[in-house]
Amino acid sequence: MSTMGDEALLNKPGLPVPKATVISQPHWDGCKKGQLLVQHCDECNAYTFPPEIVCPQCLKSSLLWKQSSGKGVIYSFTVVHRPQRPEFAAPYVAAIIELEEGWHMMSNIIDCDIDSIEIGQAVEVSYVKREDFSLPMFKLLTVP
Amino acid sequence: MKKNPLHDIAIVATYNTRQSRRLENENDLSLILEIIRGLIDSAGVKTSDIDGINISTPVWNLKPREALQILNSETRWCGNEFMGISAVLEAAGAIATGQAEMIMIASAQAGEYTSGESTAPWTRPTHEFIECFGLYTAAEFALCAQRHMKLYGTTPESLAEVASTIRNNGNKHPKAAFYGKPNVSPDDVLDSRMVTSPFHLLDCCITSEGGAGLIITTAERAKDMDVDAVYLLGAGTDRQGMSYTRAPVWDKCGDIGKRAANRAFSQAGIRPKDVDVCEFYDPFSFEIIRQFETYGFCDLGEGGDFVMDGRIALDGEFPISTNGGLMSFGHSGTVQMLQKVTAAYDQLCNRVPDEINVANAKVAMASNGGSGALFCDVMLLGTEPA
Ligand SMILES: [Zn+2]
Repeated sequence: MSTMGDEALLNKPGLPVPKATVISQPHWDGCKKGQLLVQHCDECNAYTFPPEIVCPQCLKSSLLWKQSSGKGVIYSFTVVHRPQRPEFAAPYVAAIIELEEGWHMMSNIIDCDIDSIEIGQAVEVSYVKREDFSLPMFKLLTVP
Repeated sequence: MKKNPLHDIAIVATYNTRQSRRLENENDLSLILEIIRGLIDSAGVKTSDIDGINISTPVWNLKPREALQILNSETRWCGNEFMGISAVLEAAGAIATGQAEMIMIASAQAGEYTSGESTAPWTRPTHEFIECFGLYTAAEFALCAQRHMKLYGTTPESLAEVASTIRNNGNKHPKAAFYGKPNVSPDDVLDSRMVTSPFHLLDCCITSEGGAGLIITTAERAKDMDVDAVYLLGAGTDRQGMSYTRAPVWDKCGDIGKRAANRAFSQAGIRPKDVDVCEFYDPFSFEIIRQFETYGFCDLGEGGDFVMDGRIALDGEFPISTNGGLMSFGHSGTVQMLQKVTAAYDQLCNRVPDEINVANAKVAMASNGGSGALFCDVMLLGTEPA
């Protein structure tokens, strides 16, 4: 089992917290409320992540924050045995998540058997507190 | 077709310091001075002949404009900090547009990587959507490799073949950080501990200290010098925004470098089959496989098979990283980018030990950057002008 489901380990002092910007702050505020917010363009219907100042598809400035379903699939993953820094409890799973709406984000897969992770598996967002942030991580979606 | 002014440019000297995990009693300034002296000596020129520079060191934070002060008080053309192929191309552009005639490019790094606990500082992204999830360079490239393996059935054995080949070249180069190390078999690679799947320890580059530099000038001027000239045949630079700030989604970044390579081959008037030596960016084994596909040496998805059966060995069709590349020769910050060009020059001019010399090599391809980094630059170089 991955140690990455362990709240204490995931919130260990020294672990990096996001350096939010004026542009990204709404995303992190959303996470605190349990909402996965992503920028959406009303003009061309494109989703943009990480946050930008304009829609890179049509250059309109009318980007609005929209709530994602928080469901998606594992686009790719890597089981990290050599941690970025010692505070991270290795092994852990780093992954690219493809959200239902078609956009991608980097995150961790937590509460999982790291040996059975596969590309294409369905996942759902789950928030993990770290200092003043709630980090959007993902758990495997179990079919009922 | 209009003549490409790039074809009037030649590299006339290269210099590499010794590379090592740690270079005791050196710092990047001492290395830079060694390189400057070495290049001037090798090219047989005077300091006053150098009328342009792009010299920088990331640790002591020596900027190119500051480096001018080391080379007396003459006014010169001065390049930007970005190193490697794009620095050579920038200098070539300056020469081609009459801004300078002979430019020295150099970079060095020592004294930064002191703790073994974390990954090297320059491999640790600080971006808000990356850092907190424990990602770093190797993990980001691993995400590309893993997707490729899923889509095309690329095997860990192919990755290991690449790593083994590169490492066994480097341990025969006297200036390599891993000079004299015993040979590494593909099985040794597969047996080494996992760093970030699918990369084992020996699939990954090393981190080390060292420096490198080169001098470029006009082909005309090169003829009057007592040097070996290597000519620029073609080049291209592909960028997709900042490295390590967004997910390296294979569908979007998997073929980064394709546009650059197409451009370079078209400028050079040659095709991949004409390349004799491949000094490709090799931070992780998989990246070599990706580049053979992206640059058109083989079809998409076939890179795993392509690197097998000795094809990438020194006596094969497409020898890779003949000096040991980032896995064995050296990997110090941005110095490695320039070292892909110096490796091409040294190989084409037979300035490597016989054991790792590719016989009759006339065309080399160098590259910087790759999928996980969201940039990829390539350069074709030859013993004869285009
Ligand atoms: Zn739009």
